Amino acid sequence: MIRFVPRARTPLWLTLAVSIGAGLAALALTAIPLALTGAPVFTAFALMAQGAAGNGFALAETLTRATPLIFTGLAAAVAFRAKLWNIGAEGQLYAGALATVALGAGLIEAPAYVLVPLVLIGAALAGAVLLLVPVLFKTRFGADEVVVTLLLNFIVLLFVQMMLEGPMKDEMALGWPQSAPVLDEATLPKLVAGWRLHWGLVLAILAAVGLHIFITRTVWGFRLRAVGENARAARYAGLPVGKAMALVGLLSGGLAGLAGASEVAGLKGYLTADLSPGFGYAGIVVATLANLSPLGVIPAAIFVAGVFVGADSMSRAIGVSNYLADLVVAFALLSVLVGGLLTRFRIVFVRRGTA
Amino acid sequence: MHPDSRHPDPRPLVLSLTGITKRFGSLVANDAIDLDVRAGEIVALLGENGAGKTTLMSILFGHYIADEGSVSIADADGKLAPLPGGSAQAALAAGIGMVHQHFALAENLTGFENIVLGTQSLWSLKLRGRGARAKISRLMAESGLAVDLDVPVARLSVGEQQRIEILKALYRDVRVLILDEPTAVLTPQEADSLAATVRALAGKGLAVIFISHKLHEVLALCERVVVLRGGAKVADRPTAGADRATLAELMVGRAIPPRERPPSIPGAPVLSLKSVSVGAPSARDRLEDADLEVCGGEIVGIAGVSGNGQGALAALVAGLAAPRAGEALLDGARLAAADPAGRVAAGVGRIPEDRHRDGTIGALTVAENFVLETIAAPENQRAGLLRRAAIRARAAEAIKAYDVRCPGPEAAIRALSGGNMQKVVLARVLERAPRLVLAHQPTRGLDIGATTDVHRRLIAARGRGAAVLLISEDLDELFALSDRIAVVHAGHLSPALPAEGLDVRTVGLMMAGHGVGEAA
Repeated sequence: MIRFVPRARTPLWLTLAVSIGAGLAALALTAIPLALTGAPVFTAFALMAQGAAGNGFALAETLTRATPLIFTGLAAAVAFRAKLWNIGAEGQLYAGALATVALGAGLIEAPAYVLVPLVLIGAALAGAVLLLVPVLFKTRFGADEVVVTLLLNFIVLLFVQMMLEGPMKDEMALGWPQSAPVLDEATLPKLVAGWRLHWGLVLAILAAVGLHIFITRTVWGFRLRAVGENARAARYAGLPVGKAMALVGLLSGGLAGLAGASEVAGLKGYLTADLSPGFGYAGIVVATLANLSPLGVIPAAIFVAGVFVGADSMSRAIGVSNYLADLVVAFALLSVLVGGLLTRFRIVFVRRGTA
Repeated sequence: MHPDSRHPDPRPLVLSLTGITKRFGSLVANDAIDLDVRAGEIVALLGENGAGKTTLMSILFGHYIADEGSVSIADADGKLAPLPGGSAQAALAAGIGMVHQHFALAENLTGFENIVLGTQSLWSLKLRGRGARAKISRLMAESGLAVDLDVPVARLSVGEQQRIEILKALYRDVRVLILDEPTAVLTPQEADSLAATVRALAGKGLAVIFISHKLHEVLALCERVVVLRGGAKVADRPTAGADRATLAELMVGRAIPPRERPPSIPGAPVLSLKSVSVGAPSARDRLEDADLEVCGGEIVGIAGVSGNGQGALAALVAGLAAPRAGEALLDGARLAAADPAGRVAAGVGRIPEDRHRDGTIGALTVAENFVLETIAAPENQRAGLLRRAAIRARAAEAIKAYDVRCPGPEAAIRALSGGNMQKVVLARVLERAPRLVLAHQPTRGLDIGATTDVHRRLIAARGRGAAVLLISEDLDELFALSDRIAVVHAGHLSPALPAEGLDVRTVGLMMAGHGVGEAA
């Protein structure tokens, strides 16, 4: 007989061990279908690792891919901590990207030290406002935020397409539906010349550290955790539940909006309707892998990004489909969920005696 | 007549537990417990939370398997046969039935359907329902358990639901009936009627194990009492010649000091309600046109069966609800809005009815729960940043002062026992020296030790000059603590009368609706 005994607290080493164990378990599980296809399992994994972090360039590529995932992962983590089920990070990302282009592609001319912060604030506000609406619907009318945020994604994406075909279309782009490029003064500089890695990564890491401090060290972070863990008791204790939820909405939406700004102003330089290959949704996976811890989001995002970048490279080398990346991430998610059981409970094996 | 060595009890044994031992890791939950129950006998099983009652019953029921020892139960011919461990089916088939404290009824089915549920498919019931109904009618006539079988269980009162539960067990031809805290939710009159039923059933040869912590009930109803403490059986004796003090001492393992309630002179009114109505007129738990005054230095008790309006009263005082009509004053200031934080600031200490749901946040630490209501106060934060060291230090002091057994201020509060959790709530509420203390079912689910502690703290708050509003379903508690008692029934609140002039029977009748509200 197996019994689960809740832990009063979870030691840090165990959290780390379980995370690493889950990663290894995910690879082991992926090896099964990989072997069934007849592909050389170890070669494939070796190529993936090499493609993700085999040299400076590969590592930079992985970190570039991880940058928006850190932002959207943080967006999901802070919302889910408060039990606000924001599925709309994809839409908030595009809202942020749209704001970036609207402000940074010529509307305002200013030096970089003015324009870059302005663009970032604008993008964060756009994402924040987009999420504030479903949050108010939820607190005022009880509208389910999962449905509202999910459907808003499609509305925002269609709106972006409309803008790119219409008012925001770049006349110089030979008919492609894309926006005018952002000004140099609005661009996030590259971290290393010649690589795609840009200052968005530094901002993302600062955001993670800031969010960690906010959640663990501030009064509002305390309220946010209290409301998320037991809204009824929080209300009974006199905590401002509605305001806390609104704040969470602003933070989560703002972080997702920053993902859009970082992609446009740091990487692409202009906005297209295929800016994000689902970074908003992948953020939910990242946050879950990180057990909703802001600092954990950083390694989780790098892991997910590495798997995708590595799988692309492996796929080019030995012809195994890069869908393998989805498989690794899916298995990692399952492994982490099982691992969460181990960190929250002590497992006690009770020997079956005879009565 | 009770069994002793010179006059062996002629009644046959129906259940015999020998040397039951159960360990969970290093904890010995049951230590070599022997228990014999004879046909027609009513045996009380007494013990504090954690004494091993639940483990023992779970072994009997097949939920756990004993590490050592055996369970034997009489078969149809009265011969003792060993009961295979670890099988609830076997226990049911052997004739063991249990009525849990929290009923296991399908609320949308009728009483009749609930009783036969599981014994045959509902389809065959349509065809052969008449036999089942005849059997239930016979059982009802024999036991005196009268209840409407054809309305959904959700529409029955708690007492009636309990009758369905007992009929459910009888329908399965039980030879041993276990009643777990059966009177916890009943009015005194309902409890009396249950006692009569249990006696009638025992008279027909049913063996009854009666789990309770209400000592006067045990003494009145049971002929033998078995006391568990720390997993071991510490007494197995006839109730004749026993008294409450001895039994309490056996349970706790030390003498319980008699509750000291020094006289106190009530001061000025702290809370006063004038023709106050709370809650929608259609709601069951509402208050209509209530008048009440609670003065500094006195404890006013509110008796009543849960759901009759005490929830609305508690919500008003706690700041979760605003009065719909009338005037509620706290120290002369109007309580108009629903504002929990405002109540805390105005000096109301609130002990909620459900400490898991409303009182604590399980995932947060003991220290964080301790400062839940006062997180914005200067001693807990500076410029929006938590003063974590200060919070931890004060929580550690409170843990010491209130004797909270926990690994430390940084432990998640959900790992604490109910009693220790309640001590954290008490510490949070009383450390701020509130003007008014709302204690809503403050000892529900707590053992004697923790209950005594809560009572001592409430009396101390009264001694300090605080006004205490005590809402409880436990009449013993109300009479032990209150200076005045009011009864709430169907939304109407009786005048609060001095507790000295009241007796349990009068209050019980008022709880059932006699003499409350008609005049109001």
